[in-house]
Amino acid sequence: MSLPVPSIAELRETLRTLDGGGSREHPVLPFGLDLLDGRLADGGIRLDALHEMVGQGAGWGDDAAAVLFIAGIVARTTGPVLWAVRSRDLFAPGLYQAGLDPSRVLYAEARDDAELLAVMEDGLRHRGLAAVIGEAKRVAMASTRRLQLAAEGGRTVALLLKRPARDGDDPFTVPSAAVTRWRVASAPSLPVPWDGLGPACWRLQCIRQRGGDPFELNVEAPDEAGRLALPARLVDRPVAADRAPARAVG
Amino acid sequence: MRRIERRHAPSAEADSRALYEALGAEAAAERAQHCSVPKEGGWRPGARWARSDLAGSGLADTREEVEAAIGTMPHHQRPPQRELGRTSVAANNPFRKGLSRPPEERVAPPSPLRELSRRTEAAEPLFRPGTRGWMGEDLQSAIDALPAHQRPRSGELSRKSEVIDHPFRPMPSDEVKPSLAQRAALPPLQFPGEDAPAKAKRGAALRGEAKRDRYRNDAPPAPLSLARAAALPPVHGPGEDVLVRRAMKSPRRSARDGHGGEAGYIAPPSLAQLAAMPAVQFPGEGPHPDNHGKSAPTAPTYGQGRFFQTGRTLGSVVGRVCRDEGMPAEPLYVPPEEPPLVTARKTGSRVEVAAVNPAARALGLTPGIALTMARAQVPGLEVRDADPEGDAADLRRLAELLARRWAPCVAISDADGLFIDLTGVAHLHGGEARFARRLLRLLARRGVTARIAVADSAGAAWALARYGANGPVTLAQPGAQREAVSLLPVAALRLDGAALELLARLGVDRVGQLLAMPRAPLVRRFGQAIALRLDQALDDAPEPLDPVIPPAAIVVEQRFAEPIASPEAIEHWLGELMPRLCRALAEAGQGARAVELVAARVDGVPQRLHLGFARPTRNAAHLLRLALRRIEEIEPGYGIDAMALRVRRADPLAPESLAPALADETAPDLAPLVDTLANRIGMARLWRFAPVESDVPERSQTQVPALDPPAPQVPAMKPDDVRRLDAREPDHPWHPRWPRPARLLRRPEQIDHVIAELPDQPPRRFTWRGKSHRIVRAEGPERIAGEWWRRTAERLAVRDYFRVEDEAGDRFWLYRRGDGLRSETGDLRWFMHAR
Repeated sequence: MSLPVPSIAELRETLRTLDGGGSREHPVLPFGLDLLDGRLADGGIRLDALHEMVGQGAGWGDDAAAVLFIAGIVARTTGPVLWAVRSRDLFAPGLYQAGLDPSRVLYAEARDDAELLAVMEDGLRHRGLAAVIGEAKRVAMASTRRLQLAAEGGRTVALLLKRPARDGDDPFTVPSAAVTRWRVASAPSLPVPWDGLGPACWRLQCIRQRGGDPFELNVEAPDEAGRLALPARLVDRPVAADRAPARAVG
Repeated sequence: MRRIERRHAPSAEADSRALYEALGAEAAAERAQHCSVPKEGGWRPGARWARSDLAGSGLADTREEVEAAIGTMPHHQRPPQRELGRTSVAANNPFRKGLSRPPEERVAPPSPLRELSRRTEAAEPLFRPGTRGWMGEDLQSAIDALPAHQRPRSGELSRKSEVIDHPFRPMPSDEVKPSLAQRAALPPLQFPGEDAPAKAKRGAALRGEAKRDRYRNDAPPAPLSLARAAALPPVHGPGEDVLVRRAMKSPRRSARDGHGGEAGYIAPPSLAQLAAMPAVQFPGEGPHPDNHGKSAPTAPTYGQGRFFQTGRTLGSVVGRVCRDEGMPAEPLYVPPEEPPLVTARKTGSRVEVAAVNPAARALGLTPGIALTMARAQVPGLEVRDADPEGDAADLRRLAELLARRWAPCVAISDADGLFIDLTGVAHLHGGEARFARRLLRLLARRGVTARIAVADSAGAAWALARYGANGPVTLAQPGAQREAVSLLPVAALRLDGAALELLARLGVDRVGQLLAMPRAPLVRRFGQAIALRLDQALDDAPEPLDPVIPPAAIVVEQRFAEPIASPEAIEHWLGELMPRLCRALAEAGQGARAVELVAARVDGVPQRLHLGFARPTRNAAHLLRLALRRIEEIEPGYGIDAMALRVRRADPLAPESLAPALADETAPDLAPLVDTLANRIGMARLWRFAPVESDVPERSQTQVPALDPPAPQVPAMKPDDVRRLDAREPDHPWHPRWPRPARLLRRPEQIDHVIAELPDQPPRRFTWRGKSHRIVRAEGPERIAGEWWRRTAERLAVRDYFRVEDEAGDRFWLYRRGDGLRSETGDLRWFMHAR
């Protein structure tokens, strides 16, 4: 007995449900930067999907940059936010200065990765939050698939921050069902005419996105409302490497 | 003499050099011994000097060995005299209190006043008069061997011996005439403290002088003969026995002596003096028994002065003499150990006493007087705030308890009374009297004093309970309440204050007088209420009671014909029970806060599952989801016979609207989410951050619970409040003017190899976690000073924060301790606080 052969229409339907194809309308949060939104398949961050972020190196600074990137995205959504952590080292004033109000955020501390993912899933199934953020170290493909399934159909964006593992290998070697995967690295910022620091600069890499090509871009850190910006090009004088470093007088 | 000394001078030098070398040899030997003796050379278990062989095995047993060991020790390590007889004692606890406090808190506690006047005693007389005196290193080593508090001052070292007559020598006239032999046995010289120390040992009064110890030089005195005992005066007061009186006969001068007698013994005023003193006095009036016959109390230091606090006051004495009608006939029993306690409440601008306890009532305080007057009357009064809501809640709880088990109809009559309807109930308790007694016992077990009156009508019962004259239980005969009520004062009818005052002015005191008057003019004068009250008291008018209904617990139960054991069956029945429970909750108008699932197993071990919710809820789907998540905790065993869902805790919940989507976009309800998360990880791991007005970064955020309780009502400012002048909103504590990082290190880590110009330049390079960074751009310093009002240690501390960026673009937030100008603000170390 031969198995029934599915028709082309059924196959297309199956592909569409698997792919989340473009015919369906997804809620999207655009970044507001044409260079960035134009290169993203959805025109922004899809709000009913899972996205992964990671810092560049094994160090701490890029991890903080990834946190601020996430905070900037979430600041531009409206509604309560659930942030699942493994350890209590977040500094709320920093998130506030990226636009994320502390009264919106509910923090949950989980003991291990499995509990953290379960907490994220609970938040996604609640269907009333604006964003669910989790910081995990190692996430298997099946768990990301569950998160993606839980996120679909609602307006809650799931953002997974991969903390650097101790042995320092790339967290992106593990496959994942996330719609986009980002890597944030620090870049030298542009000097400012006054004695001080301008906004921080990042090298934002979209390693993989569903339905589009990877790309990278230099952006400035989010301002008080969580908006990213492109670094302004200095027309008059380029940064001279042999100059004495700019100093600040307090 | 001097010439001889000069000739011996070179030999003195040789001697000193020999001594010096000997000292050096000693030091070398001692270093070789690995001397581990502390400076005092005290004994502790395993001390090296006490061991016979210094290689360290076994302790020295005999005295000679010990002395030989001491002899071999250098002078400064020899233990003092008093250590030699000491048995082994544990060393000091290294973690004793007082060592771990910060330096500014190491202040000696204030010594009690009694200690300040006490003389310290020398343990061993250093200087015996008549000795040659010590010189040179003997003296120095002996002084060093003493503990610090016993070392003599420099002025004493050159003192010559003197003979002092010690003040404790007993007067020869009081002693039994010592025979010549006894007198010769007395040593010629005595030293202070040797005969009778300033501090008597324990039991000295009882022991008398019979026991000889090392403080005494005399032989024990002759025992008490009959003739001497007869000559002694009779016993004065309780507790005085012959020995004590004997000790008091000799005038001992002690530091606590006021007037030549032993401290503590003061002659009470004689009978004539007592008769001369009136009982009632005003301050400054004259001699008082409490002042020992004097007008004013003398200074209390030397044993004179107020001997007891009688607690007698004007108010109490007057109250005892003139008893007014409101007070009970016989004084209430005052338990002796209870202090007087009153509760106070604020009525208008006056703080008055709301309730008094029997001890306070015995002292003359009644409810209704001003608190200041009560405090003036009784100095040691305990005052607590009156809590009318708590009292009402307690009364309601008592009413519910009685309604469950004692009588079906229980109503609350007023703030401190209950009506119990005994129709058809009294025989169940064995009669009315028995019922009343059992109720009194129940209440007494709970610490409540009660008065119970049983009568035909509620009004009469109320009147008899409060104004009845006999005992705590009053039983009016079935038809005889008219006579019973007639004797009561008019306040026994529940009339308002104006009516009572008018009646008092008219001279109407008793209810009987009211009953005798014609009704019509009464009603015309006082209104309908008085007639109603009179009729209610006589059972002519009905008085319906509003009974208190005890709350019934909400339980839904399902029994099974056959025991179920499979998880699908349990899930199915949970799905059946939850909607039933929610319907029951809806009927009661409640939402569940805690629900317990009890699965009764075949073998009798019930499985319990507790579910808790942050907000009251009766959403069946939500409850079911939470219960199903934890269904694995139920072990069916051989099977489950019955499942019951009990509501353990419920709060009133208003009916919820069916279509919230029809209304405008409201904030999504986070309570179910919090419940779900709390049931998974616990409420302790859910929090929000709240800003704190503090510059110190670690303190500028605080964790608050996830679901905030309703904010307390902040009273609005009056229109002329001065705070209205400041119309500008204060800055948010996390204003972006002061940039902050996103993640903070748990503790600031020190960074090394920092090159920075002082006082206000950022570093040019540093090394952190092994990696070296060169700074390209920086901003700062932001000076954060310590909060002196929180901790005194922070008073001068200063941190200068810099935001720096290195060549690769990494940003760091680091600080330097200290402002660079003054050293007390910090030690100029650099720390990394955040990235």
